[in-house]
Amino acid sequence: MFKNPEVKITEVALRDGSHAIRHQFTVEQVRTITKALNDARVPYIEVSHGDGLGGSSLQYGLSRTDELKLIEAAVSVADYSKISVLLLPGIGTIEDLKEAQKLGAKMARIATHITEADISKQHIETAKELGMETVGFLMMSHMAPTETLVEQAKLMESYGADTVYVVDSAGALLPHEVREKIRALKDVLEIEVGFHAHNNLSLAMGNTLAAIEEGATRIDGSIRCLGAGAGNTQTEVLVAVLDRLGIETGIDVYKIMDIAEELVAPILPRPQEINRDSLVLGYAGVYSSFLLHAERAAEKFGVDSRDILVEIGKRKAVGGQEDMIVDVAAELAKAGSRSG
Amino acid sequence: MVKGCAELAKVKVGIIGSGNIGSDLMVKLMKSEVLELTTMIGIDPTSRGMQHAKKIGLKVIDNGIDGLKENPELVDILFDATSAKAHYYNYEVAKKLGKQMIDLTPAAIGPFVVPTVNLTEHLDADNVNMITCGGQATIPIIHAINQVAPVEYGEIVATIASKSAGPGTRANIDEFTQTTAKGIERIGGAKKGKAIIILNPAEPPIIMRNTVYALVDEKAMDEEKIAKSVIEMVEKVNSYVPGYRLRTEPIFDGNKVTVFLEVEGAGHYLPTYAGNLDIMTAAAVKVAEEFAKNRINV
Repeated sequence: MFKNPEVKITEVALRDGSHAIRHQFTVEQVRTITKALNDARVPYIEVSHGDGLGGSSLQYGLSRTDELKLIEAAVSVADYSKISVLLLPGIGTIEDLKEAQKLGAKMARIATHITEADISKQHIETAKELGMETVGFLMMSHMAPTETLVEQAKLMESYGADTVYVVDSAGALLPHEVREKIRALKDVLEIEVGFHAHNNLSLAMGNTLAAIEEGATRIDGSIRCLGAGAGNTQTEVLVAVLDRLGIETGIDVYKIMDIAEELVAPILPRPQEINRDSLVLGYAGVYSSFLLHAERAAEKFGVDSRDILVEIGKRKAVGGQEDMIVDVAAELAKAGSRSG
Repeated sequence: MVKGCAELAKVKVGIIGSGNIGSDLMVKLMKSEVLELTTMIGIDPTSRGMQHAKKIGLKVIDNGIDGLKENPELVDILFDATSAKAHYYNYEVAKKLGKQMIDLTPAAIGPFVVPTVNLTEHLDADNVNMITCGGQATIPIIHAINQVAPVEYGEIVATIASKSAGPGTRANIDEFTQTTAKGIERIGGAKKGKAIIILNPAEPPIIMRNTVYALVDEKAMDEEKIAKSVIEMVEKVNSYVPGYRLRTEPIFDGNKVTVFLEVEGAGHYLPTYAGNLDIMTAAAVKVAEEFAKNRINV
C-alpha cells in the first residue's frame, strides 16, 4: 500500500500559522519554537509572513516583526533543520528572496495560483541560481482540472523546481481527488511531488495519507494545527501515524508532541478547531487565510461571515484577494438593508 | 482667430509595436481630434496589427524605428508599445530625430507621468513613461488623498484577468510591483508605497479591480474632504477612461482610507474586461493630446 519508505516533512506553523495569529509572531517565539523543532529533527521549517515574503501589508495584515528578523532568528538556532521561505510572485520579489537567502534560508517555495505557473519562472530560476532547494507550489488546486495541474506542474519542473506541490489552500479537496492529482503528477514528473493540506473539512490527515500512498514524498504539517483556516495536517499526529505505518520521517515522536503541547498551544489565540466559518472555507472552496478577515468584516458590516465566504467562493476569488472580502461585505450589508 | 485652425494644426503621431497595446492605440488615435495617426512601425509585416494598419491607410514601416529615418517628417510624437529592451534603442533614434516619445514599456527612461497628476510638468519632455496599468489606476487616488492629508503609507492591490496579462508582464512580474510602488511614492506623494498584483483566471474574465489603501497623518484626517477629493479625481480620470469608476464610497477606519475601484475597458481593440490595458492606452493618448495642444499653443 505505502511504497515510499520515507517522507520529508516541512513544518509550516511559523508561516501558515502567521495567518491564525494575525502575523504577530515575535523573534522570541520563532527562536524558541524553531530550536525545539530543530532538536526534534524536523527537516524543514518554513518562516515567512503568511502570504510569503513581502506579505506584510494592509491587504493581508502588517507583520508585528519584520519577517527577515524572524528568518534570521530561526536560522541562528537551526543546525539541523533547513529554513524555508515562501514567495508569491506579485506580492514578494526576487529582491526579498535574495535577502532571505543571504540570511541563511536554504529552501524557496514559489507559489502561484493553479493556472498561473508561468509567473514563477524568474523566481524559480533565481532561487536555483542562489543554490536554494526550490519548490513550485500550486495553490488552490481544487479550482482546476487535473490536466491543468499536470501542465502547470510541468512548467515549474521545466524552470528547474526540485519538487512540485499540490496545495489544497481551501481545504476543499476530497481524498479521491487528491489521489487522482498526485497520481497524475507522479506519472509525468521526474521530480518529487508534495502535498499541502488544510483541515477545513477534517480531511487533512486522510488526504495526506492518500497523497503519500500515491507517491508524494514531501508533506506539509502545522504543529497543533497552527495554520490558516482550521490549520493544516497536524504535524505531531502525522509523525505518530507515519511511525505506526512504518514510514520514516526522522522526527522524534515524543519531542514533537511536547512542542505542540508546551510551546505552541500557549500561543494560540483560540483552539485551532473546525468552527462553522472554517468549515465553510472547505465547503465553498475559499482560500483559508480569508477566515479572520471575513469574521472581522462580518462584524463591521453586520452580516453573516458565512454569507461573505460563500459569495467569495461563487465569485471564484483566488488566493490574495482579501480586498474582495470587505467589498462583498459592504455589498451584502447594502443589499440586506435594502431588503430589510 | 482663423476658423478651423485646430484642424489644420493636428499633430502627427506614430506607433511603434503592433501587438495588443499598439493595436488598441491605433483604434483610439483614429478618434482623436488633435492627433493624426500617420504611421505604424513594426517588425513583422504579417502581424494582425500591421495588416490592419495597412488596411486603414497608415504608412507602414516594417523594419523598426530605423525605417523612420528615411521619412522623419511623418510623425512628431511616437508611442512606444514594444518592450523595455527595444525602447532603449527606439529612444536613441527618436531623440536624434527630435521626436517626443511616450513610453508604454517598463523601461522608464523618462519621468513617470499620470495625466491627472503631473503631466503639466513634463509637456516639453522628450520622453515620458506611463508607469504601469495599476499605477495609472491608483496613483491619482493616492494623490487625491495626499492633497487633503499627507499619506504616510500607500498600498495598492490590482487584480486583473489572467487573459489580460501578456507574456511580458508574466515574465517579469516584479517589474510591475516595483515600478508601481515607486510611482505611488514619487507621483502619488506617499512617503512609502507598496503594490501587489493578482491574476485571476475566472471565466468569464473579471474586469480590472483596484484597491487603494492609505494610512494618513491622523491630525490631518478629514473624512468628508478626502471623500470629496477622491470622487473629484475619479471624475477627472473618468473623462479619458470612461470605464473608470468607484465600486463603493471610500471606507474610513481610524487613519486608514480604503478605496475600491474598477476599470472596464472601452472594448476598442481589446475586450472590455481588459481595463488594465485600456487605462494604459487611454492615458497615453491623453498625454499625447496634451503634448499636441502644448505644441499648437506655443
